[in-house]
Amino acid sequence: MFRFAFYRLLQAIPVLFIVISLTFMLVHSAPGGPFSADKAVPPEVIKALEAQYNLDQPLWQQYVSYVGDVLQGDFGPSFKYPGRDVTELIAAGLPATAELALYAMLVALVIGVSAGVAAAMRPNTAQDYIPMSAAMIGICMPSFLLGPLLVLIFGIHLEWLPVSGWGDIPGDKILPAITLGTGYAAYIARLSRGGMLEVLSQDYIRTARAKGLSEPVVVAKHALRGGLIPVIAFLGPAFAGLLGGSFVVETVFQIPGLGRFYVQAAFNRDYTMILGTTVFFSTLIIIFNLLSDMLAIWLNPKLRQQTQGASL
Amino acid sequence: MTTVEQQGTSLWQDAWIKLSKNYLALFGLVIIGLLCVLSVLTPWIAPYGYEEQNLLLGATSPSSEHWLGTDVFGRDMLTRIMYGGRVSLTVGFIATAVALLIGVLWGAVAGYVGGRLDAMMMRIVDIMYALPFMIFIVLLMVVFGRNILLLFIAIGAVEWLTMARIVRGQVMSLRKQEFVEAAHSLGLSQWTIIRRHIIPNTLGPVIVYTTLTIPSVMLLEAFLSFLGLGIQPPQSSWGLLINYGVETMEEYPWLLIFPGVTLSLTLFALNFLGDGLRDALDPRVSKD
Repeated sequence: MFRFAFYRLLQAIPVLFIVISLTFMLVHSAPGGPFSADKAVPPEVIKALEAQYNLDQPLWQQYVSYVGDVLQGDFGPSFKYPGRDVTELIAAGLPATAELALYAMLVALVIGVSAGVAAAMRPNTAQDYIPMSAAMIGICMPSFLLGPLLVLIFGIHLEWLPVSGWGDIPGDKILPAITLGTGYAAYIARLSRGGMLEVLSQDYIRTARAKGLSEPVVVAKHALRGGLIPVIAFLGPAFAGLLGGSFVVETVFQIPGLGRFYVQAAFNRDYTMILGTTVFFSTLIIIFNLLSDMLAIWLNPKLRQQTQGASL
Repeated sequence: MTTVEQQGTSLWQDAWIKLSKNYLALFGLVIIGLLCVLSVLTPWIAPYGYEEQNLLLGATSPSSEHWLGTDVFGRDMLTRIMYGGRVSLTVGFIATAVALLIGVLWGAVAGYVGGRLDAMMMRIVDIMYALPFMIFIVLLMVVFGRNILLLFIAIGAVEWLTMARIVRGQVMSLRKQEFVEAAHSLGLSQWTIIRRHIIPNTLGPVIVYTTLTIPSVMLLEAFLSFLGLGIQPPQSSWGLLINYGVETMEEYPWLLIFPGVTLSLTLFALNFLGDGLRDALDPRVSKD
């Protein structure tokens, strides 16, 4: 287990290094410098700006110093907001995004797991078809469509909930969390249905039933642990998806989070900001993939043995 | 003509029989077929010109002249959705084709050759899996401009990884099967074995995964276009139309609802078709 974690951590290092290098190359191979958009700037000013951001140095030197800075958690100054560091901007946007992702994940897990388990307990009945059809709709309804539709219905027509903002008016966190969580709820419902169906046909479940345990106890105590492994393994990729989804949801609901900053930076061509957020997002995603893999292994004795036995 | 031959059902006949009993999958197939035909014929059958404006008319709700209403410039929504569908479907199919080509070749070579080459190729896939591609695509679009060709390549380059894994797994397990060994011992050539035994047996999972890749590609395109990082005007796609629809949804909700329903319906149809094909082509699912 620890050996596996260690091995995976070691593997994460080159991946991160590739991410930093690739992002750096991409951003620096962009046609036109970062200041080319400002038309009426005299060449001396551009020179001075370039010197300020070290752009007058040869590329490899910039690269080396950038990697050095990143390792110390310093993503450099922002191009578009003079005087502000990218690290500072990330720190400003992170709380809202993290909170949004957390709520969305809760929505997804609560709805998804209960729908999936309910469906698996009575397969091929209405209790199966109705939540699973709803899940299919959830998958085919992207957040950039669902969000505006929810706003239209609950915000504008019924006037039950605020249409935008974050933490200003009570209840303004409900629609964004539902918008972001729904798609994942749908995937989780399908995964937990599949996992539960497989587990419920196992011999040890039959044994549990045969010794007279009630169905809720069989499901809660015996089946859930095995049946939810696919869901646990999905959490890592889902987290990566949540970050991407936060681009849309934060834009639709005007939430001052990292996702919105990223999209704005993309439009402003704020290169250091893009570079910094990309590296930051990638690190987060890699860490979460690692965590969800380890959780899945911890829950599944079969996998645990495999990783112990294998000479990594 | 008196000899009665017991006709075995081939995998494909069997699959078709199963698929034709799955009404949701058939419904998906019909919808996709219809959309493809409509998209190809759009320049001839669209009721109005693509850029035909009628500023005096402005945004109107659905009527007998404009079935799906008009946008703020008086442009016919049905026409715009049809043209948008051409772009969305093209991106879906071409980017999937790119993914298919790279993924199948990569996976087949790795699986068939095996050994060190296999280990190396799959390690590359592992590393690429760990990269946050969604962010990289956004980055690519920002750095190199929002170019439709680049969009194909970028999306295709993301989606091939799973395909490569599926094909490799399939090829590796096939190589060790008795019927392939039997073919070897009968003296069939390497190429004949690949053509007659390996390729037909990998086709099932490849087709299934391809059908499921198309909707995820279309979703990715719509996502990028919605953010303004994908398809650029004057070209149009469903994601872009939804983006416009959101801006004016308070006054003219149909401008959001119609492209939204079209996109969702298409994704729905493709997913159902993919699920149906998976059930039909997986030999492990019993014939019932």
